[in-house]
Amino acid sequence: MMLGLVLLPLLAGLAALAIRARRLRELLLLGTALLHVALVAAAALTRPAAAEGAWLALDDLGVLFLLVTSVLFLAVSFYAVGYLRREPEQQTDPEEGFLFSNEPEPTFVACLLLFLASMTLVTLSRHLGLLWVGIEATTLASAPLVYFHRQHRSLEATWRYLIVCSVGIALALLGNLLIAGAAGPAGSLGLDDLLARAPGLRREWLEAGFLLVLVGYGTKMGLAPMHGWLPDAHGESPSLVSALLSGALLNCAFLGILRVRQVLTAAGDSEFAAGPLVAFGLLSMGLAALLILRQPDYKRLLAYSSVEHMGVLSFGVGVGGVAAFGAMLHAVVHSLTKAALFLVAGNLLGAYATKRMAAVRGARAVVPASAALWVAGILALSGVPPFGIFLSELTILRGAAAHDLVPAALFLLFLGIAFAGVSAQALPMALGGDAGGRPRMREPVTRILPPLLLLAFALLLGAWLPAPLVRLVEGAARLAGGG
Amino acid sequence: MSALALLALTVVVLVNFRLLGGSRMVPIIRGGALQGVLLAGVAFALRFEHVGAESAALAILTAAIKGFLLPGLLLRALRQVEIRREVEPFVGYNLSLLFGALALGAGVLVSQRFAPGEGVQPLLASVGVFTLLTGLFLVVTRRKAITQALGYLVFENGIYAIGLCVAPEQPLLVELGILLDVLVAVFVMGIIIFHIQRDFSHIDVDALETPSERPREAGA
Repeated sequence: MMLGLVLLPLLAGLAALAIRARRLRELLLLGTALLHVALVAAAALTRPAAAEGAWLALDDLGVLFLLVTSVLFLAVSFYAVGYLRREPEQQTDPEEGFLFSNEPEPTFVACLLLFLASMTLVTLSRHLGLLWVGIEATTLASAPLVYFHRQHRSLEATWRYLIVCSVGIALALLGNLLIAGAAGPAGSLGLDDLLARAPGLRREWLEAGFLLVLVGYGTKMGLAPMHGWLPDAHGESPSLVSALLSGALLNCAFLGILRVRQVLTAAGDSEFAAGPLVAFGLLSMGLAALLILRQPDYKRLLAYSSVEHMGVLSFGVGVGGVAAFGAMLHAVVHSLTKAALFLVAGNLLGAYATKRMAAVRGARAVVPASAALWVAGILALSGVPPFGIFLSELTILRGAAAHDLVPAALFLLFLGIAFAGVSAQALPMALGGDAGGRPRMREPVTRILPPLLLLAFALLLGAWLPAPLVRLVEGAARLAGGG
Repeated sequence: MSALALLALTVVVLVNFRLLGGSRMVPIIRGGALQGVLLAGVAFALRFEHVGAESAALAILTAAIKGFLLPGLLLRALRQVEIRREVEPFVGYNLSLLFGALALGAGVLVSQRFAPGEGVQPLLASVGVFTLLTGLFLVVTRRKAITQALGYLVFENGIYAIGLCVAPEQPLLVELGILLDVLVAVFVMGIIIFHIQRDFSHIDVDALETPSERPREAGA
């Protein structure tokens, strides 16, 4: 069952390479995405029992992240079908005016599916070595996705993404090796094994290992100051890829950090992890908030906002307790909201052919549905009630304030700056000004429905948390929060 | 065993200095390959003695991939892009060598803390740390994409050596997975280097960064 979840998109991805007919490929993509969601839902409900020490198994933390990944992928694959049909073979670069072509479509669809397979592997892994293999595989599968538009800016972004993340992840491998070595030369990296033997592990090795893993996977997660690759990759890749990167990939890297923290917690050394997590969290939030203020490009604005929200996650689990619950909830609602916003950003880019915020005005007259979704999404992202992010950030704030006032005050300050920066720049795109005589454009349903459903989901979770979800998030927070 | 292993590790140290001080591409790539083979050789000896034949066989596969396949990929990319040497790295060659001396010292210090004792193990750890730092330094300070890719490879060599020292007994599947990931990573890097060359006629990553300064060719 667990293996099937990984194999399904893997095999589908390989098959997509060989399929020449576009219709068939679309069916394969959608069918795989639907089947994956169904299987994940079944696995989440039944929780098939796994043997102690199994390499692939689901716990609350894994289920939570896998659910988000799978649902996002389904939404994105619907969007992708419409996107690929309308994407011309050759087009003129809107900013510099040269001609470029796209990556062959079979390659793109195959890499999408392989990307899903690697992220599934990450969420299921109960072995730190296998987890590492999965996280590196996500980089390799997604690099060709970033380079869909074959022009020099996306090429540079791809190169930076590949080299920075590969080196970062290699650093995490070193951390993992130290953790294995903490149990002596025959030490294993099986999570169950490590958790059982945690109190007897060499503390110094474990701590050094955690720091390396935090910096290594933190690079991939986009924590400042290792976030250099993130705005480029998000800005230059097609919007549906940015949606997957921000909504699913960053969470997977975060999961890698949380797994090692679990070991540290089991060793009775949870406090050691808290400090760096809070520090990286606040640094990411603060730096991103400042960079958001002077960002001319709306896709990069969303990218920096992802750095900020990854900081929120790191801060939340670092504080622990109630804040860890908030952080796990935040991981879900941020993914839904951010993915929806990137998809809408793709619609705006399609209508205006520019990523400059100042050049996009009066979108409500040109693409009314997208404009409405944009406004709703920006409000949701900024933490306006009743959207889910309001609830999760409030929970984290409550947890932090009960703990220590200074970090809580900084947290609130950075959120405030980012709120002002994002809404002041992004809302006028839809609401302000006139469209400069642009005609109203048709908006196909594949481009509206996915972000609409994702946002509706984020809204629903802000207003009402179903009891099974609360239990799931609580379980995940217990594993992640070090309590 | 140990005399040969010590000799191999000494050569790895010398190769690191060659990498830091050299500018011509082909010898640098060959140096990285030699390093991979030597470390895999040390792994073979250590594992044959302590772990088992299976894991020793994996060392042979590692040697084949790191010594021939990966450098082969890089050399092929190099032929396609027709460049011979690194130009004006961000940090000059003399300073790079100075960094090498410091990194070697750091390696010895770190290994004394984490792997104290006599024999091959502590030396292996310090060589590993030195190699790792060399690779990281190459990635950060060199301009050409291909040198950065080589830096990544050297970085991986360092991690391999450290892993050999601190956690020699990992499951076969995980080792294979790691090897496969590195292989695919370098393969994808090779493809991208090729694209950088074909589309922009140079593989100076730094020069890609200033699109706004390029003349606009309307409709071209």
